[in-house]
Amino acid sequence: MHPRILPNVLARRQPQLNRRQFLFAAGMVGTVMVVGCSSDAPSDSAATPPATDATTNAGPSPFAAYVGIAADGTVTVYSSQFDMGQNAYHGLATLVAEELDVPLTRVRVEGRAGNPKWYGNAMMGGAFQLTGGSSSMMTSWDRYRQAGAIAREMLKAAAAKQFGVSAAELEAADGKITHAASKQSADYGTLAAAAAALPVPADVALKPAAAWTLIGKDSTARIDSVPKSTGKLEFTIDTRLPGMVFATMLHSPRFGGTVKSVDDQAARAVPGVTDVVTVSRGVAVVATNTWAALQGRKALKVEWDFSAAETRSTDALYAELEKAAAGPGKSALNRGDAAAALGKAKQVIEADYRFPYLAHAALEPLNAIAHRDGDTLHLYGGLQMPDAVQGACAAIAGVPPEAVALHVKQTGGGFGRRAVPDCDVFVEVVEIAKAIQFRAPVLLQWSREADMAGGRYRPIHVHRVRVGIDADGQISGWQHHVAGQSIFAGGPFEGMMKDGIDPSSIEGIDDTPYALPDLSLEVSRLESKVPVLWWRSVGHTHTAYVMETMIDEIASATGQDPVALRLKLLPAGARQRAVLEKAAAEAGWSNPVAAGRYRGVAVHQSFGSFVATVAEVSKQADGSIKVERCVVASDCGLVINPDIVRAQIAGGTGFGLGAVLGEQLQIADGGAVQQNYDGYRPLRLVDMPEVVVHMLPSAEKPTGIGECAVPPIGPAVANAIFQATGKRLRHLPYRQA
Amino acid sequence: MAFELTINGKTVPVDAPADMPLLWVLRDIAGLTGTKYGCGMAQCGACTVWVAGQPTRSCLIPASALVGQSITTIEGADSDVAKAVQTAWIEQAVAQCGYCQSGQVMSAIALLERNKAPSDDDIDAAMNGNLCRCATYQRIRAAIKQAAATLA
Repeated sequence: MHPRILPNVLARRQPQLNRRQFLFAAGMVGTVMVVGCSSDAPSDSAATPPATDATTNAGPSPFAAYVGIAADGTVTVYSSQFDMGQNAYHGLATLVAEELDVPLTRVRVEGRAGNPKWYGNAMMGGAFQLTGGSSSMMTSWDRYRQAGAIAREMLKAAAAKQFGVSAAELEAADGKITHAASKQSADYGTLAAAAAALPVPADVALKPAAAWTLIGKDSTARIDSVPKSTGKLEFTIDTRLPGMVFATMLHSPRFGGTVKSVDDQAARAVPGVTDVVTVSRGVAVVATNTWAALQGRKALKVEWDFSAAETRSTDALYAELEKAAAGPGKSALNRGDAAAALGKAKQVIEADYRFPYLAHAALEPLNAIAHRDGDTLHLYGGLQMPDAVQGACAAIAGVPPEAVALHVKQTGGGFGRRAVPDCDVFVEVVEIAKAIQFRAPVLLQWSREADMAGGRYRPIHVHRVRVGIDADGQISGWQHHVAGQSIFAGGPFEGMMKDGIDPSSIEGIDDTPYALPDLSLEVSRLESKVPVLWWRSVGHTHTAYVMETMIDEIASATGQDPVALRLKLLPAGARQRAVLEKAAAEAGWSNPVAAGRYRGVAVHQSFGSFVATVAEVSKQADGSIKVERCVVASDCGLVINPDIVRAQIAGGTGFGLGAVLGEQLQIADGGAVQQNYDGYRPLRLVDMPEVVVHMLPSAEKPTGIGECAVPPIGPAVANAIFQATGKRLRHLPYRQA
Repeated sequence: MAFELTINGKTVPVDAPADMPLLWVLRDIAGLTGTKYGCGMAQCGACTVWVAGQPTRSCLIPASALVGQSITTIEGADSDVAKAVQTAWIEQAVAQCGYCQSGQVMSAIALLERNKAPSDDDIDAAMNGNLCRCATYQRIRAAIKQAAATLA
């Protein structure tokens, strides 16, 4: 979800948020402290070890923080990274299993939260826990391999004592420690308790790459394919606690509206409805089952106070944005003299782009569970930004943050929607539970309509671009104005804005690798009550589209091949070059495309990784476009699990393609028009192209992959559509009706 | 109202309003949470079960209308075709988040139960109503073809 959290970017120009700033900014004044591990104790580890060893400078004991080994030898990895389908759990399991020398079939994973000292995201400075910015493998690469390696050495030390031999003579393999000379052997399960009580070594050598048996090896094995293919994986919506009640929410039909009065007579008459309570963001119906709660919601009669609510519609917002984009904005970048260069140009290409609000529309509608048991507040759900949840919910429940136990659930998708700084669904469920005096565990389940109409969209944007071309066919000036709503403004990440400019609105433009000596980049900000959020690949969702379709327009205008032009504009050594060349070669770019087929290409960097996509489309009998095939080349550093990279690239390509083809969340009269999958249309099976993935070998540290295939697919398809139709697709989506 | 349903071959007593959709009876009364809520209006297919062998969206159909009919959920899918489909799903590593996959698997089994060698168009027709926001469609196709091959 999160854009500029990569270390290189941080080092370049952004102050790192520390946990104190983050919590203050998130409106949780008074809760600023580093909380202890208030989460579930590692229940299946063989012993409860000391959290750290005071006699060395070592970090926490791996057996406390990162890995538990049960008496039967089952290894449980405690994951700092929340899994919403990106397969972070499998990635972390791979890192631990590699160093621990245990087969993946013996490894399971549990999410952990509530202790940023152990689980803080190193890509965010380590001060707080976050799953986002495609950074799970980046932040885990060293931490979880070290945890596995340290655990292995502690197991060896325990075995050395038991066998009466030197640890140096021991081998770890297949979940066992063996002393070859004396033919003694012990399973990890029998050694774990003793190992966990030993000192934590400060410095343990990691395996050399040549010794890896799991990292980089191609396999479709996944630790959770069986439960996910048999309906057995327990999502938040499936979690049941004794005496649990079921709640749902009704929010204002206009963004920014508040409850004025509630007539709940009809709602309370619905069989099964037990309570109707007003909370900070709307009205909740509590019932003995979900259906009753949903029926009660329908029966509510609420008068809303719209005095501070949004009233505009999408057309009006576009009109404001286009007006802003046509005038002066705040300067984000001014390199060379774009105006003078454009003045000298022989030809000027002008383009206006429209990007609508987009909903995450994950298949599991938002939900969360709250249960106060004695002095402990238990929370269950998709904890993408858990420290914020802990702080916010503690304040509502009136308990200290360390009394909030966080139970991390895997969720049915996310795409950024579960990382909400104000913790919307968690705040609501705790408010509801409090309103019924914490008499029962509460599962708050939003309806699909509440989820889709609930805001937090990819922000609406307009881009206006003027590019000059001189008599020699060279680019002569590039003026770029981005007008849109800011994700960072008004939230805890506002400190990452500079001069009022949201870095996520210009990422992918201000760091363009192309040789554009005369570039001016301006930004205008739309104020709106429609809440916005990161949506898989964030600003790159629109910036890559504009950059890569404009390059294509320049290629057309100057009679150049789109791949050749890019290679001409990319500096030597740019990692974009290799992926572009690979995708072009594998797609047969230099050969004529088959009759009736048309090709487009795009390349983009995001989250530290580089992805090039060649899209091949066909024109149907009715004139519409079908995307037939995509050849994608990626450079995401060292590949830990090739098949997961393949899956994320195919999935990201489909996700991004859906947005270009058919997704838009329109606003009318200040509220969402599309309320369900009938009006809001993610990609379906018939529109899914064949996606062929090529991963470039790399020895660089792993970088992102979950989001990185989304940016290039849109412009690649748009460029192919131009080849097929001669039309430039600048107002998204392609299918307006 | 009180009535009895036949779910996965077992008789299940139900006390629920006559209009309560099968989905919520399965999930909140019968304790069968493998069938998922996605949209509540038969648009996404996450709630797909079989009624008398036919793939059916359980989020709209009132449970009380199904007395005497055989209802099968993902928990009860254990035919040879079901095993072939689930094996293919696992070997192809289809699932990303996994949330829609119960419905996908139920639709895919129903397809292969009536058509042992589905064409691409047959797969389109049978599966297009099942939304996957992770866009695992390419592997869904591959897994259906693999299952068909093993059943041939």
